Amino acid sequence: MWPLFILDELNPIWAILVPLFATPFIAILGEKCRNYREGVILIAGLLTLLVNIIMFNGLQNGTPISSGEQVLFAGLSLKLSAEPIGVLFALLASFLWVVTTIYSIGYMRSHNEKNQTRFYICFAIAIAAVMAAAYSDNLLTLFVAYEAITISTVPLVTHAGTPAAQRAGRIYIITLMTASIGLLMPAMIWIWFITGTLDFVEGGILGSANLSPTTLSIILGLIVFGTAKAALMPVHGWLPNAMVAPTPVSALLHAVAVVKTGVFLILKVIVYIFGIQTLSDTGAANWLIYLCCATILIASLIALTKDNLKARLAYSTIAQLSYIILAALLATPEAIVGGGLHIVVHAFGKITLFFCAGAILVSLHYKNVSDLDGMGKQIPLTMLAFFIGALTIIGLPPTGGLWSKLSIAVGSLDAGMIFPVGVLMLSSLLNIAYLLPIPVRAFFLEKKEPQKSQFSSLQTDTSTSTFGIEPLACKIAITITMIACVALFFYAEKITDVLYTLRF
Amino acid sequence: MSAVVEMSVMEQVIHHLPALIIVLPLMIAPLCVIFRNRIVAWSLTAVTSGICAVIAACLLILVKNGAPIHYALGGWSSPSGIEYYIDISNALILLLVSSISTVVSVYSLHSVDQEIPREKHYLFYTAWLLCLTGALGIAITCDAFNVFVFLEISSLSTYLLIALGNERPHSFMASFRYLIMGSVGASFILLGIGFLYAATGTLNMQDLSERIPLVAESRTVIVAFAFITVGLLIKIAMFPVHNWLPNAYQYAPSAVSSFLAGTATKVSIYVLMRFMFDVFGTNYSFSQMLLSNVLMPLAVIGFILMSVVAIFQTDLRRLLAYSSIAQIGYIIAGVSMATQAGLSAAMIHIVNHGLIKSALFMATGCMLYRLGSVHIQSLRQLISSMPITVSAFAFGGISLIGLPLTAGFISKWNLITAALEKDWWWLAALILVSSILAVVYIGKVIQMTCFSPITTENNQSSGQVISEAPTLMWVSTWILLLASLYLGINSEDFVALTQQGANQVLGGFK
Repeated sequence: MWPLFILDELNPIWAILVPLFATPFIAILGEKCRNYREGVILIAGLLTLLVNIIMFNGLQNGTPISSGEQVLFAGLSLKLSAEPIGVLFALLASFLWVVTTIYSIGYMRSHNEKNQTRFYICFAIAIAAVMAAAYSDNLLTLFVAYEAITISTVPLVTHAGTPAAQRAGRIYIITLMTASIGLLMPAMIWIWFITGTLDFVEGGILGSANLSPTTLSIILGLIVFGTAKAALMPVHGWLPNAMVAPTPVSALLHAVAVVKTGVFLILKVIVYIFGIQTLSDTGAANWLIYLCCATILIASLIALTKDNLKARLAYSTIAQLSYIILAALLATPEAIVGGGLHIVVHAFGKITLFFCAGAILVSLHYKNVSDLDGMGKQIPLTMLAFFIGALTIIGLPPTGGLWSKLSIAVGSLDAGMIFPVGVLMLSSLLNIAYLLPIPVRAFFLEKKEPQKSQFSSLQTDTSTSTFGIEPLACKIAITITMIACVALFFYAEKITDVLYTLRF
Repeated sequence: MSAVVEMSVMEQVIHHLPALIIVLPLMIAPLCVIFRNRIVAWSLTAVTSGICAVIAACLLILVKNGAPIHYALGGWSSPSGIEYYIDISNALILLLVSSISTVVSVYSLHSVDQEIPREKHYLFYTAWLLCLTGALGIAITCDAFNVFVFLEISSLSTYLLIALGNERPHSFMASFRYLIMGSVGASFILLGIGFLYAATGTLNMQDLSERIPLVAESRTVIVAFAFITVGLLIKIAMFPVHNWLPNAYQYAPSAVSSFLAGTATKVSIYVLMRFMFDVFGTNYSFSQMLLSNVLMPLAVIGFILMSVVAIFQTDLRRLLAYSSIAQIGYIIAGVSMATQAGLSAAMIHIVNHGLIKSALFMATGCMLYRLGSVHIQSLRQLISSMPITVSAFAFGGISLIGLPLTAGFISKWNLITAALEKDWWWLAALILVSSILAVVYIGKVIQMTCFSPITTENNQSSGQVISEAPTLMWVSTWILLLASLYLGINSEDFVALTQQGANQVLGGFK
């Protein structure tokens, strides 16, 4: 009756259960034993990571791993399995959860945030939901996880409790839920109605249904816009608003877990429901490709105009997410692999940038780009990491960003489209324009006259320190992700090897 | 009669279960008056409802595994006597009504104590048991006039229950409005049944279903059809004739709102189904009388418009009441498809919505118990003082929206696929639009209870510390929610059961 809970074998459900099991402990320990509380979270994070590593190894050895099935009714069921894109995503999210936890210890404490226990509980639940999404073996399970992520992250967005945070929370839930119920769910029902199944099958399930390109276009449109977490324009508005959340949330959830679940859903649906062959044969995705290109350029241009650092990063995320959607829509094996790789690469790059933004906020109390001139000497590590992160986003060596952008461009040429390649290159230029000036100006410009005198004492106290004034935990986290960005340049093949095991 | 004598005691009990489920609450009701003790009355009500629920479950198992049950009351077989007829569809209704009555009557101990003077408690529970008898009787009987009798029993006791609400002038007015509308509805039904009797000379539904086709063209039958349909729609609180419901649910004692929300309208919908599909026949109702052309637009306008109206309500109970009218629209939309899938979706939603809406009203009752008002503005930050109640409300709300893994999702999925089966794409789209409206009105409450900071003005008005609702109240609320969660996750058997039930309803009396 409850086959999902057969635990005597290796089962992806563990990745979901571990973070969930941690929540009562987090709640019981609470603010009074905050060191133990955060210890529990770290242990849970490492255990989740371990489960995912075992899944990864199992996948490399070629053993199919899946959970049992929980049948709802009439062919609708919940089930989990480990497949390449999903395992990579789970691995990524759980690794970054550990890093982000280290970071939040530094950030939340030095920022004196309230309700930290609630924060960590919602965080753990959101991660459990992300794991469920990563391992989902049919569209229904993925949809359930998608909604669970939406609900569990609302308290994180509204964490500050200010009117702005509440407004952001309202926009967040209304956009995400309206889109998913209004567009994604009908698409799901439609697919089920046509094929009688929602399972992810290699090669897709819609190919044999002989649908007209128009019908396919409509279903695809419903899915791409229904997945508002992927933030394709015009359903992107929630993301810049959600930046009122504490920085660890913006870093892990709104640069990695939540938004990546969106693009992951699109990627999975295109690979396993539509089938890339079907999609490229019918050309049903073409109109959306142009929309993706437009989103990439417009979001990059808007990012240029933003002075608030987190807002700038948010628009950059919108553009980068569209890279992955674009890769999925191009529907060539090379592009899909590039998209999968970009999920990982962009995650590391963008989380580094957000960590830096948060570190700047807690150490210097600056939110705007224009305040950062000449600050490089006080926060050298952060600014170095920002530089590396920016290189990743731009796609320059020695970072992994190069490979994913290259793969997507090659995939685009495979699909016989030259236009997206031009957009990618143009977007790289724009990335340079809105990201690189920040570390460059921080290191090479003279400091402006300090207008905010209340921080002058803080600055003189610590200006002697060689490694900057950020909290130690933040520095550790930033270093880890920075190294990972560079490491991806050398080891990207490990990831692409796994992705190439996909059978299209 | 000798056959009956030869049966063992157990078999005799099983044989007489259909009578027992009606007679038991009817006989216990006067006992409450005799004892005149509030605790005794309360326990009698809860235990009786519980026994009825067990009987209903037994009946459901019997009809699921075997043929529909015909039971001649008092041994007088039809057409001279009153016959009870039980198939899957009404066994489900019996189980729903009696289980909700059980849980809500357990819940009622504290809330009734607060809302109604103690010396009236025994009367309250007497009325409750009579209301239960009426609701069960409407569902079980196979005699058209008997339907009217039970309808009146349940209606009269409902008027009494609503009038017992503690918001005095409003409760009286709400009860009075319901009395006017309810009496109009009941008289229409009575007139309709009278015309049918004039045309066919019988009151037994099965006989009616055999004789109506012979006189189908006569104006008498057409008029009867119209009267019965409109009368039932009033009792259902279908969109244009729904006006009695919001006041009744808002001003009734919270236990009564919870009970009525899950049962009263649902029973009437069952009767509508029984008359349209079985007594008049699917062909007559939907091909000759074109009932869908009337019901479907009203249902659609109902669930869209009433969801919009719900968004603008400032009192939580009124918001839920309008949401109820909208949800009734879904059920009627399912019924008016006149297909197996549509009927099955309607039955699924009758049960799911019954559980969810009762639980939501119970959660609201818990808030009312502690706060004294459920004006939405007064619910700010309630999650910090009443976390269990608020999470119960949020959970029920999510189910109402129809997110996956909740019972509401199963309902919506079946309703939408039933619409797609008929190629009614627009209906599927409109159902989703209305789900989004539900996101708005539920989201409004959740935002207020969880995320809105307490304003200074609020702080001053509520000086005392608010604590969690009494254990008995939140436990019983969660029991209903867990039941709906179970149906949401493990619904395969349930969906199969309703499909079997829908086939029986479409197939007529057996």
